[in-house]
Amino acid sequence: MAELGQGVVVNLDPKPHHNKKSKLKKMLNDYQLYLFILPSVLYFLIFHYAPIYGVQLAFKDFVATKGIWGSPWVGLKHFKLFFSSYYFWEIIGNTVGISLYSLIAGFPIPIIFALMLNEVSNKHYKKLVQTVSYAPHFISTVVMVGMLYIFLHPVYGIANTLIKFLGFEAVDFINKPEYFKSLYVWSDIWQHTGWNSVIYFAVLSNIDPEQHESAIIDGASRLQRIWYINVPVLMPTAVILLILNAGSIMSVGFEKVYLMQTPLNIKASEVISTYVYKVGLQSARYSFSTAVGLFNSVINFMLLVLVNRVAKKLSSTSLW
Amino acid sequence: MKKSKDDIIFEAVNTFFVTVFFIIVLYPLIFVISASISDPSLVSQGKVVLLPKGLNFDGYRRVLEYDDIWIGYRNTIFYTIAGTLISLALTLTAAYPLARRDFVGKNVFVIYFTITMFFSGGLIPTYMVVKALGMRNTVFSQILLGAVSFMNIVIVRTFYQTSIPEELQQAAQIDGCSYARLFTSIILPLAKPVIAVMALFYGVGRWNSYFTALIYLSDRNLYPLQMILREILIINEINMEMLMTEGELEVIHKRVELATLLKYCVIIVSTLPVIMAYPFLQKYFVKGIMVGAIKG
Repeated sequence: MAELGQGVVVNLDPKPHHNKKSKLKKMLNDYQLYLFILPSVLYFLIFHYAPIYGVQLAFKDFVATKGIWGSPWVGLKHFKLFFSSYYFWEIIGNTVGISLYSLIAGFPIPIIFALMLNEVSNKHYKKLVQTVSYAPHFISTVVMVGMLYIFLHPVYGIANTLIKFLGFEAVDFINKPEYFKSLYVWSDIWQHTGWNSVIYFAVLSNIDPEQHESAIIDGASRLQRIWYINVPVLMPTAVILLILNAGSIMSVGFEKVYLMQTPLNIKASEVISTYVYKVGLQSARYSFSTAVGLFNSVINFMLLVLVNRVAKKLSSTSLW
Repeated sequence: MKKSKDDIIFEAVNTFFVTVFFIIVLYPLIFVISASISDPSLVSQGKVVLLPKGLNFDGYRRVLEYDDIWIGYRNTIFYTIAGTLISLALTLTAAYPLARRDFVGKNVFVIYFTITMFFSGGLIPTYMVVKALGMRNTVFSQILLGAVSFMNIVIVRTFYQTSIPEELQQAAQIDGCSYARLFTSIILPLAKPVIAVMALFYGVGRWNSYFTALIYLSDRNLYPLQMILREILIINEINMEMLMTEGELEVIHKRVELATLLKYCVIIVSTLPVIMAYPFLQKYFVKGIMVGAIKG
């Protein structure tokens, strides 16, 4: 019967509950809804908020016997240590270099691909290309990097077989620092262009065909129609994705870089995330590693806010 | 509508470039398949270009006899299924109250969740929490960490709001239907497309991840497939028993050829399940991604 009452209350009183009493009553009535959301609230409490509490380690010297709370404060010691360390500029340079390269090369390609695929008139061919282009997205990072190692092997790799066939010297791509960034970025583009274009493709397929028909009557050429109808339609989506990407310029994912690292290419391949892992878990310098991680997230957040503000000014599209 | 000369040229050029792209994506995939069933010495001499030569399934036979791969497979299947179920349970339930207009305190929860998208403790503080909970070197580290992302909750919430008619819910409530009942008998059956998309996102993520295993596992018996693959493909650690056959291994380059053959086979064996699941779920992709994009 209580449930019946609850249903009626909802429907007879669609206005927001203004006074505290009826709000409380509604909350009690809806206790099930709070049970629905409770597990996720707990999840984030344990695995997100509890670690955020641990971030104070960055300003302390961690002593295992005293725990996080009891360890002595040392202020900005670990940050200063990181900024003045020999590796600092190299790591920052690699991190920013790889992300900017990814962004500049990787961002426009899915848009161009979607625009071009959209113009293919044979429906079956279009579908086929699309389906195949998604497939690499589902390959794991380990397999992706494994494929790079096999294909680029200096003696047995197919890339070097081709290079030797053309009469050049074989190149040890993986171990040469100068190739690291390009290998990283272009293998990513190979893997994710199809998937990243899905969203643009979907937006394009929602365009009202009448727009194109009337443009044709007005004598617009194919390229003009793409440029003046299709491209503007994609812009809001593109801007949002650009903001999100730009917000993570200072964070290069750990998984792929770590797998691609070799002792010989380390000068070009050490980034913040791999450094945090090495000093933190491999050398057990907990406080120092936490400080580096915190520095990274603060910069990321500032970038996100900054890019969002710029985007808002330029195109009136923004995250919030 | 008849095509002008410009249009014909445009289409030819466009189709050409699309085809180039198509080949670039497809070729490495075909090559791996072909190399995995070819004679390894023909592969290393560069004689296998597109189609397999000297057909042999020796590599697969050896891979299937490699115990570590089976252990990894077993663990990964378990982590993927258990992890995905937990993720789905958390995501689908949390999204429901947030989708209701009359949910008191909605904004508080939204802020609580949104913060987690922009701030995180980072590697070491998270590691210390997991350690304190005694989850290191247990299956729980593999199925609980990364179980929910607010992004996915938002996608599901948007789906509930846009694709499930409010009137239907109200009618059920007038009939005395509780929220729990409403959720299981009306919301979930209507949410199948978004459930499929979520299952795919979470499932593929679990299947392909090695990071949480690298950080939290040291017991080889708990290693997921990707960790075993990492040893084989990246660190180049192949159990030499796998390569042994009488007399054949005196020659070092024979051994390298065989190791490479195994790598091709391992790639196929580990990727096959994901590739096979993909056509079934593909029809939901675009829909799922679009639902997520509306919110932006």
